[in-house]
Amino acid sequence: MAETRTKAPSVKRSEPAKGLEGFSREQLHSLLRDLLLYRRFEEKAEEAYAIGKIGGFCHLHIGQEAVAKGVIGPLRADDYVITSYRDHTTAIAKGVTPRAVMAELYGRQGGAVGGKGGSMHIFGADVGFMGGHGIVGGQIGLATGIGWAIRYRGGDQVCVCLLGDAAVNQGAFLESLNMAAVWRLPVIYVVENNEYGMGTAFKRVSAVPIVERSRGTGVPARAVDGQDVIATWKMFEELVSEVRAGAGPQYVDVRTYRFKGHSMSDPVSGTYRSKEEVERKKESGDPIGVLRDRLFEAGLLSQSQLEAMDAGVRAEVDEAARFADESPLPEADQLYKHVYREINTHGRLFLDGREG
Amino acid sequence: MASITYRDALNQALAEEMARDDSVFLMGEEVAEYDGAYKVSKGLLDRFGDRRVVDTPISELGFAGLGVGAAMVGLKPVIEFMTFNFSLLALDQAINSAAKMLYMSGGQIHLPMVFRGPTGAALQLGAQHSQSCATWYVHAPGIKVVTPATPADAKGLLKAAIRDEDPVAFMEGELLYNVKGEVPGPEDGDFVIPLGLADVKREGSDVSIVTNGAMVHLALTVAAKLEKDGVNAEVLDLRSLRPLDVDAILATVRKTNRAVVLEEGWPYVGIGAQIVSIIQDEAFDDLDAPVVRVTQADIPMPYAKNLEVMAKPSVQRVVDACNRVLYRN
Repeated sequence: MAETRTKAPSVKRSEPAKGLEGFSREQLHSLLRDLLLYRRFEEKAEEAYAIGKIGGFCHLHIGQEAVAKGVIGPLRADDYVITSYRDHTTAIAKGVTPRAVMAELYGRQGGAVGGKGGSMHIFGADVGFMGGHGIVGGQIGLATGIGWAIRYRGGDQVCVCLLGDAAVNQGAFLESLNMAAVWRLPVIYVVENNEYGMGTAFKRVSAVPIVERSRGTGVPARAVDGQDVIATWKMFEELVSEVRAGAGPQYVDVRTYRFKGHSMSDPVSGTYRSKEEVERKKESGDPIGVLRDRLFEAGLLSQSQLEAMDAGVRAEVDEAARFADESPLPEADQLYKHVYREINTHGRLFLDGREG
Repeated sequence: MASITYRDALNQALAEEMARDDSVFLMGEEVAEYDGAYKVSKGLLDRFGDRRVVDTPISELGFAGLGVGAAMVGLKPVIEFMTFNFSLLALDQAINSAAKMLYMSGGQIHLPMVFRGPTGAALQLGAQHSQSCATWYVHAPGIKVVTPATPADAKGLLKAAIRDEDPVAFMEGELLYNVKGEVPGPEDGDFVIPLGLADVKREGSDVSIVTNGAMVHLALTVAAKLEKDGVNAEVLDLRSLRPLDVDAILATVRKTNRAVVLEEGWPYVGIGAQIVSIIQDEAFDDLDAPVVRVTQADIPMPYAKNLEVMAKPSVQRVVDACNRVLYRN
């Protein structure tokens, strides 16, 4: 494995199975497998980007995989998830297939949105994945509206809104949380707190920590270690059922870390964070390493099982890349399709001379 | 058919569509308990309750986003901006979310929603409260823009806008709310005017004044004045700016061979610029004179009454423009 170690750790903890109660071996293996899948998927995307198969902006989730799994895993199929442009693995976690996500990155017909969206705009409305949105904080208002619609119809679904730490400085954040609190909407606002908004450390642009930023709105706040998928899953399992039962909006500071640059165009470290800091975080807080070590220590995972698991996800990711590669480019007739859903009988909708 | 105000015509349209479809709701500042800043939503709270007629905090970006989100999962929000001036705070949601959602989701998510409220210059409200906002919205593919001039158009077009499957910016004339006119009532059946259909508000043969929204009334005043002078002007009310009834524009130009394009907003990259471009592309040989535009002065709106008059399109400026394309004087 290039990035992710598979060796068993030398240090043993005293109570290795502590905190794993309630999870079967199969569930734990499934969690680990999914984290590995997300990691290998993003590594494949990185590789494809480097050789020009993927263009534009491409924001990887490497280091933050446990957020996708721990937050989205406890949801029901008819619940909603909406997020920012760092959306590949969250889309997969909600049920968009890896091949549809990869083909979207490649800009192909077989992509999640037929090649029109790209990395930042993956959608899977049929599985409740309401998109990757490209304007920082833009999805916060949309999530609030989805929550509004759930309440309007008297449904018991929950909408999870993922946002980056930097998005809490947008006005949309305050406006949305305030309305969600006034109307007790079933929305969980989840900050994927990776400590940096692009190259700006959060603490340089906020006088108070993330977890305190919902305080003026009345939306209850809590925090969790987002590198610990078990802790994150447990918290969200409980939180989702509370919100489903009518607890109103919630705000969670999920503490994580981005192991790569802000996007593929950006350096991993340099002026804004040191190489040593990144190495230290990778060593101590790799979400895959954290879970893997616990399972090793608890005797719930063997070296060969891990290797087989990794081989399985690599094969799945390779297949996704092959599918993307073989999927045709969008047809030219797609260019003007989906600008409007209803082409009115009268008048011109396109003013570029096309209909002239 | 009864003679009612533009305001009441809008109210009827909202009430009829809300009664027809439970997924339609009205949300905005002061729309419920206060009956609307311009009283367009008067009585709707009592009739439909606070589930469907909803007062918001002053958070234009927030509640515009909420509307888009609700439409993403199938509701049909009518989001009222107290005036479109304030909607500039919400342009991110209007342009980056509403106009682009269907395209960037590859057709998965459409937004059957309306942003509505008054636009255009009023009387001595100064720079920030007196401006036409239509160009901000009409610029973006993915959104439709409607600017009714009469009570009947206000009703018929709002009903069409609410039923349309795409986001519509429905821009009412701030000075038109008290204008009265004949409007088919609920007893006259389902009165819907399709989007994209311009309307000849006055037939004429000598010169065409192509316009929309509040400026339709100015154009009609101009036409009456010109008539005394022996000039027969045609007034074409575009009614919707996107879809744009290009056939009607070309038809009037082919009829009179002379056109003045009158718009309420600023000239640069304005709606008139687009219409002039279409005319020269598609009806150049029908023109007997270059098309002339009349717009607001290219300045923020001043407060002082005399300066405000100078800044707005006026009867005299439109008359002068008509004379120019007629080679009179």
